[in-house]
Amino acid sequence: MHTPGEMQSAAPAAAEEGAPAPRRRRAVVLPALLFAGLALLPAAALALSAGYMLDLFTRVMIFSVAALSLDLLIGYAALVTFGQAAFLGLGAYAVGILAAHGITDALVSLPVALAVSGLFALLTGLVCLRTKGVYFIMITLAFGQMAFFTAASLAPYGGDDGLTLADRNTVAGLPLFDSPLAFYYVVLACLVGAYLMCRTLVASRFGRVLRGAKDNPVRMTTLGFRVYHFQLVAYVIAGMLSGLAGFLLGNATEFVSPAYMSWQRSGELIIMVLLGGMGTLHGAILGAATFLLLEEWLSAFTEHWKMIFGPFLVLIVVFVRGGLIGIGAAVGRRLFRG
Amino acid sequence: MSTTLLVVQILNGLQLGVLLFLIAAGLTLVFGVMDFINLAHGVQYMLGAYFAVAFYGLTGSFVAALLLALAAALVFGLLIEAVVVRRLYGRDHLDHVIATFGIILFLNSGVKYVWGAAPLSLPVPEALTGSVALAPGLLYPVWRLVIIGSGLAVALLLYVLVSHTRIGMLVRAGASNAEMVSALGVDIRRLFTIVFGFGAMLAGFAGIMIAPILSVEPGMGDTILILAFVVIVIGGIGSIRGAFVAALLIGLVDTLGRSFAVDVLRLVMSPSAARTVGPALASMLIYLLMAVVLWVRPSGLFPAKGR
Repeated sequence: MHTPGEMQSAAPAAAEEGAPAPRRRRAVVLPALLFAGLALLPAAALALSAGYMLDLFTRVMIFSVAALSLDLLIGYAALVTFGQAAFLGLGAYAVGILAAHGITDALVSLPVALAVSGLFALLTGLVCLRTKGVYFIMITLAFGQMAFFTAASLAPYGGDDGLTLADRNTVAGLPLFDSPLAFYYVVLACLVGAYLMCRTLVASRFGRVLRGAKDNPVRMTTLGFRVYHFQLVAYVIAGMLSGLAGFLLGNATEFVSPAYMSWQRSGELIIMVLLGGMGTLHGAILGAATFLLLEEWLSAFTEHWKMIFGPFLVLIVVFVRGGLIGIGAAVGRRLFRG
Repeated sequence: MSTTLLVVQILNGLQLGVLLFLIAAGLTLVFGVMDFINLAHGVQYMLGAYFAVAFYGLTGSFVAALLLALAAALVFGLLIEAVVVRRLYGRDHLDHVIATFGIILFLNSGVKYVWGAAPLSLPVPEALTGSVALAPGLLYPVWRLVIIGSGLAVALLLYVLVSHTRIGMLVRAGASNAEMVSALGVDIRRLFTIVFGFGAMLAGFAGIMIAPILSVEPGMGDTILILAFVVIVIGGIGSIRGAFVAALLIGLVDTLGRSFAVDVLRLVMSPSAARTVGPALASMLIYLLMAVVLWVRPSGLFPAKGR
C-alpha cells in the first residue's frame, strides 16, 4: 500500500542526482544565509531592544535540531516515525532527573541525555524496523506513547505536572547557560554542528545506501547491503540528535514535562519537516522556524489562531509540493526561464 | 476482586470496545479502500457530540437531536471529502497526515470558538436513565447497555452491508485492489465519497451516543483517534472483522488493566510500588499489546487480502 508514495518520493531524489549547477549552489547558499542570519540576529534584537526575540529564536533553533534529525529519517530513509518527540522528552528528563539529584553540570547531563536517547532508539528500533509503511508509523507511535505514560507516572519527578529546574546546567562549573546571549550561541553551535554532521552523513557511502534503500530496498539487499542495519544506525543517530535537542530544551525552559513527549508534539515535528521541504535538511530548519514564528505571530492576534493555521497547512499540502523549499525552487525556475 | 466488580468492568470494557469499533470501522474502510490516512476522523466523533448537544438545545428531544446530528455529521463528512480529501487521493501518506492534522487544528479551535472551551453535557434520555439489575446485587446503567446494544447492531448491519450487498462487494473489492475495480468500470471516486461520508457518520454516531456519559469538549477526539488507530493496526488495515475483534480486545484490555493492574501487581511487589507502577502499566498495556501483535504478525491479525 505504500508503493505509490515510494514511487513519488523516488522522483525528486532521482532529479537531485542529476541536479544542474544552480540547484547545487542553492543547497549551499541557502543554509549559509540561514546560519548567517541566525548569527547576526542577537545584534538586531539588541538594537531593537527586543530581548524576547533571543528566547524565541533559541526555541526555534532547538526545534530545528529535532526537525533535522527527523528529516534524516523521513527525507533520506523513508522512515516516517510518529514518536520522535519521545527522544526530545528523554533528553529533557535526563537534565531534570539529574538536577533533582543535585547533578547540574552539562558535562554529566549531556552524555547521559545522549546515551539514554540512543539506547531507547536502539531497543525500539530493533522492533520497529521489522515493520514497513503505515505499520512502522503506528509502532513508533506506540513506543512514543509508552514513553509518554512512563514519564507521566514518575511521581517522584512531578508525574503529570512535570518538574521545574532550579537553574540551568553549568558547564564545567561555569554558569555559561545563564546568559541568554551565551546560551543562544551555544544552541546555534549545536544546530550548525548537527547540520554539518547530517550533511556529511547523507553525502557519505552510508547516506547513499540509506537513500538507495529508500527508493528500492530489495535492490539494495540484492546488492549485498544489510538495509536493516543501516536503518537502525540512522534511527539511533536521529534519536541521539533529538536527545540533544531535548537536553537544550530542558535547559532553555528550566522545566520538564510529559507534554514534551505527546503524540501531538511528534506530529508537529513531522509538520515542521514537511512545511520546509523534506529531504533537504535546511528545509527542516526553515520549517521549524516558520511553524514556531507563525504560532507566535498568529497567537498574538487571536486565541483562535489555529483556525487560521489549520487551513494554512491544508493549502500548503494541496497546492504546493515540496514545502517552502519547493515554492522557492518553483519561483526560481520561473524567473530563470522567463 | 469480587465477581460483581469483574462483571461490571467487563461490561465497561465491552462498551469502550463497541465505541472504538464505531470509530475504527470508518477509519479502516477509508484507509483500506482509498489508502487515505484520515487523522481528522477523531474530530468527526467530537463534532457528532457537539451537534447532538446543539440540536438537543434546539429541539429538546433526544431522538430528534440524534437524527439531526447524524445528518449533520454525514453532511460535514461529505463536505470535508469534497473540499480537501478528494484532492489528495493517490498522494503521499505524509500529505494526508499534514492536511488532516490541519483540519484537526481548525475544527478543535473552531468548536472552541463557537461553543466555548468549557465542557458541555447532554442528558441521558428520560426513558433510559437509571440502572437495571442484571443479577442480584449487580446494578448497571441502562444507557451503557444501550450503547453496547446499538454498537453491536451497527456491527451486524455493517456485516450485512459489506458481505451481502453490491456496494459492500465493491468496497471489499476496492480494499484488495482499487485499480482493478476502477478498470472494471466502477466509478471509484463516487464509491470513495460514499465510504468517507458513511465513515464520518459512524464516528459521529459514536460521539452522539457517548455524549450523555462523557463531557463534550474540544480535543475529545484526539485520544480516541489514537486508540482507533491502534485498533485498525492490530486488526489489520481494511478489515472490518479485524477492527471488530481488535476493538473489543482493546476495550477489554484497557478497562480491565486500569481497574485491576494495581491489585495484580500487589501480588508480586510492595503496595506502594504497585500504586506507582500500576497506572503507568495500565496506560501502556494496549501499546504493548500492539507492539507484540506487530512483532508476531507485521500486518495485523486479519490482513485484508491482496496487500
